[in-house]
Amino acid sequence: MTATQTVAEALELSPVESHLHPAGSFNLEDHAVPSGLEEIWRFTPLKRLRGLHQDTPLDGEDFKVEVDAAEGVTAVSVPAADSARGVSGYVPVDRVSARAWEAARSVFEVTIPANAEIAEPTTIRLHGEGLEKAAAGHLLVRAGQFSKAVVVVDYDGSATWAENIEVVLEDGAQLTFVTIQDWNDDSVHVVTQHARVGRDAELRHIAVSLGGDVVRASTSADYLGTGGSVEMLGVYFADAGQHIEHRLFVDHTAPRTKSNVEYKGALQGKDAHTVWIGNVLIRKEAQGILTYESNDNLVLTDGATADSVPNLEIETGDIEGAGHASTTGRFDDEHLFYLQSRGIAEEEARRLVVHGFFNDIIRRIGVPALQERLVASIEEELAEHVGRIG
Amino acid sequence: MSTLEIKDLHVSVKTEEGDKEILKGVNLTVNSGEVHAIMGPNGSGKSTLAYSIAGHPKYDVTSGTVTLDGVDILSMTVDQRARAGLFLAMQYPVEVPGVSVANFLRTAKTAIDGEAPKLRTWVKDVNEALERVTLDKEFAQRSVNEGFSGGEKKRHEIAQLELLNPKFAVLDETDSGLDIDALRVVSDGVNRYSTQGDRGVLLITHYTRILQYIKPDYVHVFVAGRLAESGGRELADQLEAEGYDKYVKAAAQA
Repeated sequence: MTATQTVAEALELSPVESHLHPAGSFNLEDHAVPSGLEEIWRFTPLKRLRGLHQDTPLDGEDFKVEVDAAEGVTAVSVPAADSARGVSGYVPVDRVSARAWEAARSVFEVTIPANAEIAEPTTIRLHGEGLEKAAAGHLLVRAGQFSKAVVVVDYDGSATWAENIEVVLEDGAQLTFVTIQDWNDDSVHVVTQHARVGRDAELRHIAVSLGGDVVRASTSADYLGTGGSVEMLGVYFADAGQHIEHRLFVDHTAPRTKSNVEYKGALQGKDAHTVWIGNVLIRKEAQGILTYESNDNLVLTDGATADSVPNLEIETGDIEGAGHASTTGRFDDEHLFYLQSRGIAEEEARRLVVHGFFNDIIRRIGVPALQERLVASIEEELAEHVGRIG
Repeated sequence: MSTLEIKDLHVSVKTEEGDKEILKGVNLTVNSGEVHAIMGPNGSGKSTLAYSIAGHPKYDVTSGTVTLDGVDILSMTVDQRARAGLFLAMQYPVEVPGVSVANFLRTAKTAIDGEAPKLRTWVKDVNEALERVTLDKEFAQRSVNEGFSGGEKKRHEIAQLELLNPKFAVLDETDSGLDIDALRVVSDGVNRYSTQGDRGVLLITHYTRILQYIKPDYVHVFVAGRLAESGGRELADQLEAEGYDKYVKAAAQA
């Protein structure tokens, strides 16, 4: 029996029929080439995926990985056959993910030993060096019992990249896991992430999406024991022509677990498109859980489109709380009027409002260097349009 | 000495039924050193006057002038008016999520003065201004007005008034919704500001209550979009006793 089977069988769940959680399969034949009409694909511009969803070979090697591992953390590349992948219980839920699973020759494994408390972040930089040949990757992050650590994955350069990420938190582990999509404007990145959260473990999952032509990040989490907690925070900024899609799925598979999903995005320029799908399933077993999800979009110019779809499926009424909210709007005239009435020029007032909008999330990331970098990145994005609005 | 002069001001707002005239020829001159109280019933257009002077985009000035020391302010943007020396304390101060009070105040002060305040004294100035209106200094780290109680928002407006120290302050129902302690704190702040001697106050209120704490030099009755009567403090006493009925009826017959 493999580790994967052991973990999967430890979860005895009643079956739930729902499009929120399609049954996964390692067999590529179970994942037909999507037409774009499928619920999970209908927002994604398939034509711009460079065949990642079809049959384009994923054997490219035009990328570099740099690792800056904090003391006590191991970060090594392991041949796929020898790796522990699958330990999160993840089974590919779509064709790109199944293809990436099949194509990845190695798995990058980051391991935080049990009981280790490591303040210094471990950073993995993936630098794309070419678009021509698509490539596949697999990352596995394992946080040992009662460990505490920060892992940052930082993407930049140009790439056509299909990827699976697994994150496993053993009992009592506290992990902050950050992804930063700082790609060049020509990159395509389709990534599926799954986190399994142990008893009383706390995952803080932070997604920052700024660059890329098409970024589609599907992130799911479930719980192996009671008392687990998942916070998913996201910040994104889409410019003209960019497609940034976040699909979140929290599967409350254990009692007294918590989840809080908060994503904020800004859009500017013609055909900037963002998609946010926030799915939460509260299973019959998941009594006493607490969940909240929200998405706010700030549309800075004409010609941009934000899609935002929160879904909540509840199989038990015996819960502490469940809610969701979604807003999409332009600058609030009253905000601008208030700031301007104190002498602050319109352009400066707009900058303050946008920074304020993102600040709500950024100040909770808890990694100071990253917070500063994000504020600077937003300032750069704003230089493009905000000064010229109105 | 400065003068804020409003002449024959007509202002409309857009409604579903078309443009609706709210201000119907307002004439008023406020000199520095003076406190003017504008009193009127609900719906008389008092707040419209305040917002029109500040330049809120919702209000459309159809005719008339507003000048500050002879300079037309109606052609200025909202922020230019503030930099020229106008301040509006709002009835419903706006919440600005994610922007800290400290950052907001520093940005505003820098804009008004044309240079950044001296770091050494500024933090102390802010803390003292908050303390004077009985707001804890931790308010400087909170988002502007977010989660503030009604009274805290009003006191925050007065702290701004003292820090930015404009030539003229328009206070739009700053007294509404305040308990007696908060009313006293707010009134003390306005009095500290006005007793500098060279600042003008236009105090808009529905109730005479605040006039126990702030003594106006002039009292104006505002009904149906214009001033119905002007006088001294004794006019407030008369309003306290008789209410606005007489003026409302007269306006309806006109």
